[in-house]
Amino acid sequence: MTHADIPAPPSGETVWVEHVSWIDRMPRAVAMAFVFAVFVGIWDLVTRAGLVSSIILPTPGETLADLIFVGRNLISGEYMLPALWITLQEVAYGFALAMLIGFSLGILVGETAFGERAIMPYLVAIDTMPKVAFAPIFIAWLGFGIESKVALAAFIATFPIVVGTAAGLHSADANSRMLFKTMGASRLQTLFKMKLPTGLPQIFTGLKIAAVGVMAGAITGEFLGGGKGFGELIRVASTQLNTPRVFSLIIYLSLVGMALFGTVVWIQRRFVFWHKDRVIGGDQ
Amino acid sequence: MLNAAAIPRDQSESREIVYRLSGVSKTYARNAVHALQDINLTLGKGSFSSVIGSSGCGKSTLLKIMAGLIPPSKGRVVLQGQPVTGSRRDIGMMFQQATLFPWRTTIENIVLPIEIRDGKKAALAAHEPARALLELVGLKGFDKAFPSELSGGMAQRAAICRMLITEPAVLLLDEPFSALDELTRDFMNMELQRICTSRNATAFLVTHSIPEAVILSDVVYVMKPRPGRVAEEVVIDLPRPRKLEMITTPKFGALVEHIRGRLDKETFI
Repeated sequence: MTHADIPAPPSGETVWVEHVSWIDRMPRAVAMAFVFAVFVGIWDLVTRAGLVSSIILPTPGETLADLIFVGRNLISGEYMLPALWITLQEVAYGFALAMLIGFSLGILVGETAFGERAIMPYLVAIDTMPKVAFAPIFIAWLGFGIESKVALAAFIATFPIVVGTAAGLHSADANSRMLFKTMGASRLQTLFKMKLPTGLPQIFTGLKIAAVGVMAGAITGEFLGGGKGFGELIRVASTQLNTPRVFSLIIYLSLVGMALFGTVVWIQRRFVFWHKDRVIGGDQ
Repeated sequence: MLNAAAIPRDQSESREIVYRLSGVSKTYARNAVHALQDINLTLGKGSFSSVIGSSGCGKSTLLKIMAGLIPPSKGRVVLQGQPVTGSRRDIGMMFQQATLFPWRTTIENIVLPIEIRDGKKAALAAHEPARALLELVGLKGFDKAFPSELSGGMAQRAAICRMLITEPAVLLLDEPFSALDELTRDFMNMELQRICTSRNATAFLVTHSIPEAVILSDVVYVMKPRPGRVAEEVVIDLPRPRKLEMITTPKFGALVEHIRGRLDKETFI
């Protein structure tokens, strides 16, 4: 039967069509702009109506003006740029240190029965502690310089990497293990050619959580331990009740955080191209 | 009346022995379970043998011992005159799952055993024979495809190539096609026969399917559990090459019936 033979439905007969609401059909960029516009609109209304004091919540306009001011200051390399540079260093060193310790401990815990039975319980115990509370100790040990902030940032970021790595190493199935055994693979070959690649999705999940934590660690360290970083600028601005400044500094910091997170996602896309699940946080 | 023991064994006796198990037992000390008791079997060169039995009859244990993955508690396991004391390159193995690694292309998966045993350079040199194997199994041109682009049957074909790349003396097949749909499975069994015949391979198959065991094998070992032992050795004297149409012949039916009879009720308790 050819297509022409299929009789057209008599007029008036309904054809069932799946209905998708207009809000779900919006292109992503438009949808995001829409949410942003609604958010700023409500914010603007609230501040204009005088519901909140401008010391507590600045208007969007004030915030934008300060964003431009801070941006100019950063571009011209005045005092804010060195502050940002210090915080960036803390984040970078903290992340590198967390990866170094996290991968080592993760492999120890994930690969050896001893590590899993004797070391993991302690790691879990430490992980349940409020890690920020260790800040005064790091400051006492390492002083008010960048070192104590790096330590706190790394301390917070290490655990997700350990857990991600250990879970990743455990994710290889019995068949893969048996196959490697029949091929006469050494323990190192099994680790590097099978277990680590198999575990990359979990490892990257840990790295993404760590990327968020490392920023929080660096800024908390600066709040509590002074220094000359971006966190100190925020602290000073808030004591001066310069709320627009606090807002714009936080927005610039979030850009740093997003850049770090985005880098991890980008690396994940390159190395874990084979993983079926969507890359979390990397949807586009 | 079919008397399996009376069937002459000329087929396998004229062959050179590749694999010999004598008096192999396996006891798990922890719970004093006799997984295997006094297993004796020989695989002649180019022969196809199957072992069939319910779950828990020790088939997997037997296969693991033959692959050198676990040691027997008693007995001798000899492949090509050398006792099996660990994994060996002259043992090829295939599982129910293809277990191809998704970050490697098909050809990189196939040369993995070479990469593990001889290093990256040798693996690269093995790409040429690997491509020939791909052609043998009907996957020509799929060398650069990733496993996610292969169907279940194609993935098992690639797994066959990976098993053959080290030119093993014996192929140990652990229900290789049981995860495939029945149509693909029948077809793959015929492909397996073709590949084994063309390479004069010695194969040992573990399966749950009586018709599969009968259509492929020269000898079927019927196993019973507690303790795991060979209850009977059934010689399958259907002419070769075997064809799927043989399934409907009275002789095939009689063989299947005979084996089914041996797997009596006690087996499934």
